[in-house]
Order: sequence, then structure tokens, then C-alpha cells
Amino acid sequence: MAAVGGHGLQGYVVRRILLALPVLVGVSLLVFGVMRLAPGDPAAIMLGAQATPEDVARLRRDLGLDRPVPAQYVQWMGQVLRGDLGRSIPLGRPVLPEVLLRFKATVVLTTGALLIAVGLGLAAGIVSATRQYSWLDKLSMAVAVTGVSLPVFWTGIMLILVFALSLRWFPSAGMSSPYGGGFADLLWHLALPAITLGTASAAAVARLTRSSVLEIIRQDYVRAARAKGLAERAVIARHVLKNALNPILTVVGVQVGYLLGGAILTETVFSWPGLGSMMVRAIQARDYPLVQGGVLLIATTFVVVNLVVDLLYAVFDPRIRYE
Amino acid sequence: MSPVADVVRMFRKSGSAVFGLGLVLVLGAAAVLAPLLAPHDPDTIDTARRLTRPLTAGHPLGTDEFGRDLLSRLLFGARTSLVVGLAATAVAAALGSVCGLLAGFVGRWVDQLVMRSIDTLMAFPYFLLAVAIIATLGPGLVNGMLAVAIVNVPFYGRIVRATVLAVRETDYVEAARALGVSELRLSLTHVLRNCLAPLVVAVTLNVGGMITALAGLSFLGLGVQPPTSDWGSMLSSSRQYMNVAPHVAALPGLAIFLAVLGFNLLGDGLRDALDPRLR
Repeated sequence: MAAVGGHGLQGYVVRRILLALPVLVGVSLLVFGVMRLAPGDPAAIMLGAQATPEDVARLRRDLGLDRPVPAQYVQWMGQVLRGDLGRSIPLGRPVLPEVLLRFKATVVLTTGALLIAVGLGLAAGIVSATRQYSWLDKLSMAVAVTGVSLPVFWTGIMLILVFALSLRWFPSAGMSSPYGGGFADLLWHLALPAITLGTASAAAVARLTRSSVLEIIRQDYVRAARAKGLAERAVIARHVLKNALNPILTVVGVQVGYLLGGAILTETVFSWPGLGSMMVRAIQARDYPLVQGGVLLIATTFVVVNLVVDLLYAVFDPRIRYE
Repeated sequence: MSPVADVVRMFRKSGSAVFGLGLVLVLGAAAVLAPLLAPHDPDTIDTARRLTRPLTAGHPLGTDEFGRDLLSRLLFGARTSLVVGLAATAVAAALGSVCGLLAGFVGRWVDQLVMRSIDTLMAFPYFLLAVAIIATLGPGLVNGMLAVAIVNVPFYGRIVRATVLAVRETDYVEAARALGVSELRLSLTHVLRNCLAPLVVAVTLNVGGMITALAGLSFLGLGVQPPTSDWGSMLSSSRQYMNVAPHVAALPGLAIFLAVLGFNLLGDGLRDALDPRLR
């Protein structure tokens, strides 16, 4: 692959995008398999027990289930690329607009959680590493190991119990007030779900930030920077953090995956109108097209996020461009 | 000092690791001894005593919405959660190790196939993939276990493949190969032995995540189905009553948290003790 797209940053971007394509094909195959690999006849399952054999046969034809599997995949993929994700039978509507509307709410939730995770996690990790073995370090690492062990759905329920039902500071469900909203109203509704979803990730980011900063603090060039009389604050900011950035970026990329997955649970706890809570209902209703649409959208988003993270590596660390 | 004694000494020096081990042992004992420890049958319904508070006579932790004894359900729930969590971890570790060994040893197109499949699985957000697999297989305890196991296969596959690639280049494996030892025996003796330490750490650190993921599936109604005692599904049904009986929601979650914390602390301790680079 080294020759493709030339050298330097531009070439790296092209190569990295080309490498993402087979992954996207794999993702599409797996999502395609969600319905095809299910035991039994998907058409009969989707229509339920009351359906007549004629109805089932018609749906089988509409879904293309009467054709060979590779032809089905090509047909499905062609439709997906044209923006046609099929129709939801229980909703009686096309899947794409439904999924996109819900996806907006999921993006709002995961972005809020990511900001909390990165902000809190970075701060706690840096403080811990620069004061290794102090009481502050021990306390924040104890909080962090507690945080990574908290099941997200339980954190949510406990926050609702305390801050919504008892103290009545925040709403316990939904994304906006019945009559109007605005940005402040959105933030007010977002607070508890975002904290719920972001806590475990903040803890993971803190642990990794601490260990990567500690690793770099021991390097010779950091000692040299200190020896030439640079203030500790400047050593940390200019020499340590800049080099700790890539491992931290990696963990942030991984955390986006945890957040997008954990959003399914958080949305269910807080009745947040996102993709996750919709997919759980769709699974119980055997609404395969809706499930496929949701999974495809989230997984594609995650692939793109990972791509962006990889491209950022090359921006921060020029060595990577020439590998 | 023998290497094992060395590891034990390192492990015992860490207070949190010993605490984690203690938590795991206590929960394990609770699960094994559940029939002896439980004051009631976990499934007996008593509509006269619904949602009673903790410390009521006969019900140390109170009752749930059907009047079932909460302590008994938590104890039997420990069985479900630990057994299913450990089983899922074992399945994932076994499948992942086979994939890693094949990819590392056979190489060429097998390696390509395994690694591209792993890339694809890892392109899905962790919990979403489990949910998607449940969408295909249908909800249930065994399907839930299979789903979280499949999700974790890449984790083990990569660890084992990396170890294989490192070990097969070493001189002693080269020497064994020159002596005519078959590739299969090489992989089973030398390579697997070298994978053991990273695998033990990975498995311990992974059990907590498995228990959380399974409880999450059950919480959504996609894993363990009622009326089986299970922490995740207990938490799910308690949500409707949390205004009147908050303890019914608090306790199963606390149990999940303690189990996961125990395995995480134990895993952290084992990693620090088994990985000499960190000393």
C-alpha cells in the first residue's frame, strides 16, 4: 500500500480511507446477516401469527427473500447506497427518516457524555500523574476504579432516585419540556443522562491518561527540559502532554464505541428519544429493517470516528505518515 | 524464590487486589451456598407482603413487587450472573485463542481472514454488537451469553496472535522446530504456555465487563427472562416501583457493582504481579 497516494499527510489520508473500505463492507455483511441468519422465515416472523400464507409470500418477494443470498445482498446494498433502508412494518413508514430523527438525539447524548468523559478524565489523570502516590492521586484512582465498575443502567437509576425523584433538581425522563424548550431546557434534560453515560468513560480516560503521562514523565527529554530550568507547568504542557496525546486519543476513540453502545441502556433508563431505545423496541417487535437501519447507522458512525482519530494521529505525530 | 511465590508476594503487597479477591470469594461463596443461605424460596410469591422495606421480620432485605424475598433472589441471582458471566468469558477466551493461534501460526490468507473478521467485529460499538446478535438469535439466557462471548472474541484473538508472533521468532521455538517437533505440538506447548500469563490477566479483567454486559442485556429484556432470579432483570422490573421502594432497585445494582469491582481489582492486581515490566 505504501505507494498508493504518495507520501506525506495527504498520502496517509488516502491510504487510511482506502483501508476503511473493507471494514465497511464487513460491517454491511454483518448487518445484512441480522435478518438472513435469524432462525425461521423472517417474513413470517415479521408479520406475526395472524398473517395469511399469501401475505407472507408477498413480503418474501418484497424483501427479495426468494432470490439467492448473494443476489439479495447486492440488491440490499444497492438500496442502502441509494438511501433506501426499507420500510418498518409496525410503523408503516420508511426506515431512513425515522432512524435519522432518532439518531440526532443519540448524537446529542453521546456528545454530552464524551465532553464529560474527556474533560473530567483528562483533568483527573493529569493531576494524578503529576502528584503520583499523593492522597489526591490515590483518591482519584479509587474513584476511577469505582467508576469503571459501575453498570451504566444502575448509575442512571440511582441518579434519577436522588436528583429527580427526591431533590427534584432535574427531570427524570425525556429530552425536552412539553411546551417549548430552547438550549437551556435541552441541557437541563441532558445533565443526568450525560453524567450517567459519561462516568465510566471518564474513569477509563483518567486511568489511561495517568499511565501514559507517567510513562513520558520518566523520559530523558523531560529530565532535560527540567534541567534547563523550565517551569514544571511548562514541562507538562509542552513536553509531556504533547507526547501523551496519541495514547489518550486512542482511548477516546475506543470510548466513543462504549458510549454509542452504552447509549442504548442510558436511553432506555431516561426514556431518551434516541436510536438505542428505538432499537430495543424494534427487536422485541421483530422489526428487522428498523434494527438493521439503526445498527448500520451507528456502526458506520463509529468507523468514521475511528478514521478521524487515526487521521488526527498523523497530524499530531508526523512519524506515522511515513509508516 | 520461585516465580509463583514471587507473583504471590507482589499480589499480596497490593491491598486493593486482596480486597478484590475477597469480594470475588464472598460472592462466589454466596452463589455456591445460595440454597443454604437463602431464608426463602426465591420464586415464592406472597401478594400480602409486596414491596416491604428492609429489616422486616423474616425478610432481612425486604420483598419485591410480587412479595418474593429480596435476599433470596439476590443470592440465587449471584448464581445466574457469575455462572453465565464465567461461561461467556470461557467461550470467548477459547474461541479467541483458537482464532489467534490459527492466524499467528498458519499466517497468509488464514491470518488475513481472521484479522479482517476481527476488524469487522471491532468496528461495532461493543454493546451494540451484542444487541444486534440478540436481534438475530432472539432474546434468552443462552443467546445472551453467546452474544457477549462473540463480542469479546477479538479481544482474545489479538492477544494470542501477538504472543504467537513474538514467541515463534524466539530461538528455543526455532530449535524445537529444527528437532522436528510438529507445528501443532509447538503451538500447544511453547506458545500456549507463553500466552498463559496474559490470558489469565485478560480473563480476570474481562469477567467484570461480561457480567455488566449480560446484566445490561437482561435489563433491556433481551437476556435472562423472568421469573429466573438475575440481577439485571431484577433491576429492570424494579424501575416501575422505585418511587415507593427504592431499595428494590438499589440492591441488585449494588450486587452487580460489587461483583464487577471485585473482578476489576483482582485483574488489576494480577496484571501488576504478572507483568514484570511494571515493577
